[in-house]
Amino acid sequence: MPLLMCRRAVFGYEGEAAVSALDFEVNSGDYLCVVGENGSGKSTLIKGLLKLLAPLAGSVVYGDGLQPGDIGYLPQQTPAQKDFPAGVYEVVLSGRLGSRGLRPFYSKKDKEMAIENMERLGLTSLANKCYRELSGGQQQRVLLARALCSTRRLLLLDEPVAGLDPIVTGELYSLIKQINDDMGVTVIMVSHDIHSAIKYAKTILHLRSRQAFFGSAQEYAASDIGSKFIGGDSNV
Amino acid sequence: MFDFFIEMFSYSFLARAVIVGLLVSLCASLLGVSLVLKRYSMIGDGLSHVGFGALAVATGLNAAPLAVAVPVVVMAAFLLLRLSESSKIKGDAAIALISTSSLAIGVVVISQTTGMNIDVCNYLFGSILAMSHADVALSVALATTVLVVFALFYNKIFAVTFDEQFARATGVRTGIYNMLIAFLTAITIVLGMRMMGALLISSLIIFPALTSMRTCKTFRSVTVCSAIVSVACYFVGVTLSYAAPKGLPTGASVVMVNILAFGAFCLVFLCKKLLVKKRIRAEV
Repeated sequence: MPLLMCRRAVFGYEGEAAVSALDFEVNSGDYLCVVGENGSGKSTLIKGLLKLLAPLAGSVVYGDGLQPGDIGYLPQQTPAQKDFPAGVYEVVLSGRLGSRGLRPFYSKKDKEMAIENMERLGLTSLANKCYRELSGGQQQRVLLARALCSTRRLLLLDEPVAGLDPIVTGELYSLIKQINDDMGVTVIMVSHDIHSAIKYAKTILHLRSRQAFFGSAQEYAASDIGSKFIGGDSNV
Repeated sequence: MFDFFIEMFSYSFLARAVIVGLLVSLCASLLGVSLVLKRYSMIGDGLSHVGFGALAVATGLNAAPLAVAVPVVVMAAFLLLRLSESSKIKGDAAIALISTSSLAIGVVVISQTTGMNIDVCNYLFGSILAMSHADVALSVALATTVLVVFALFYNKIFAVTFDEQFARATGVRTGIYNMLIAFLTAITIVLGMRMMGALLISSLIIFPALTSMRTCKTFRSVTVCSAIVSVACYFVGVTLSYAAPKGLPTGASVVMVNILAFGAFCLVFLCKKLLVKKRIRAEV
C-alpha cells in the first residue's frame, strides 16, 4: 500500500479548480519533486495533500498507517515571521506540538527530540539565537528541524530554497537528500529549481493546472515536456 | 516612602483599583504579545469601543455593567476575528465600522437616559472610582481564569502565532485557539476599560508587547518582559495619578508611563546597536 495516493483528485478554491486530474502515488522512501510554472497549482496541491483543503472531486488516500499528524510540513515563509521574536529552540520544539494533543506542556522526550534534530541540522550553536536574525539558509534549516520534530515518515516542503543563494541552496538540497537516504523519510518537495529537482529527486510530478507528467526523473528528462521545461529554464 | 504607600492603600477604592488593575495589565500584556505579532492590534482597539457601547446600554437599562458587557464584547471579538480572516471584506475597514457604530450607539443611549454628563467622560477616559466590591470579586476571578488558560495553552498560542499553516498541518486546531485568544482578549478589555477608559485600554495590550520586542529575542523572554513592564508601568502610573498635586486621570497617567518605558527601551536598543557597530569597526 502506498503512503499517499491521489485518485482523479481536483483541488481548488470556492468551487473553482486550481489543479485537476491528479492521479499519482507516493511510496515509502520516495523523493518526489513537484514542478511547474507559477500558478500551476503546486501550493494548492500541497494544501490538498495536507488535507487543509478538501478535494473538489476524487480523493486523497493516506495508506500504510499514515495519520494527518505524521506529516512534517515546511511552509513558505510569511511576512509576519520576518520580525517575529522567537528563539531557534522554541521554533524547533513547536514541531512536537501536533503529537501533544490537549496536553499543555512538552515532555522530556519532546525536548530531547528537538535537541537531537537541531544537532542533526547543525543548529546547536544557534539554539538561543533569534530566528529573525538568522540568514535565509539558517532559517530554512530551523524550519526543517521543526518539520522533522513532527514526523519520521513524510516531509512536505513548499519551495524550501526560494530566495537562497546557490551555495546555500546546494547545501540544503544535500541535507534533504541525506534525510531521505539515511533516515528513510519520504520527501515531497515543490521546487522552481528544475535542474536540482532532476538531480536529486527520484520521481517528478509536473503540473500545468492539471497533471502533465508523473514518472521517474530519468523518464522526465527524456520526455518531451521535460526537455522543453528544462531547456526553457536554462535560457532564463 | 513607606508611609506614603500605607496612606495610599488606606483608601479602599485605590486598593481595589490597584488589585484589579495589576491583574488586568498582566492579562493584557500576555495576550498583547500574540495580538501584536498576529497583526490583530486593531481588534483590541475595536473591542474597547464595543465595550463602551455595551456599558452605556447597561447603564441605560440599569443592568449590571459587567454582566452585559462581557458577552457582548466576546461576541464582537468572534465577529471581528471572522471578518479579519475572510479576505473578501477588508478587516481594518470592518473594525473601524464596528467601533464607530458602537461608539455612536453608546452616545445616543447615554444622551437619552442619564444625559451627557460626567459619566461619558468616565467611560471614555476611565475612572479610578469605577470598581465596586462586587466588580472586584468578578474581575479577580475572570482575570485569574485568563492567566491560567494562557499558561495552559502557552505552547499552542506560540505555535498558532508563529506559523498558523504549520500548526494546522500538524493537526493543531488553529481556529479554536484563535477564538480562545479573541475570547480572552475580550474579557480582559471589558475588565480594564472602566478604569483605563474605552479610548485608552488598548494601550495596555499594545505598549508592553512593543516595548519588550525592542530588546528581547525569544517569545518567552518577550512574554515575561512585557508582563513585568506592564505591571510596573501600571503601578507607577497609579501611584503618579494619586501623588500628582492636582491628581491625574489613572488611564492617561498609566499610558504616559508606558510611553516613557517604550522610549527607554528604544534608547537601549539604539545604544546596543551603536556599540555593536563600534566594536565591528574597531575589529576591522
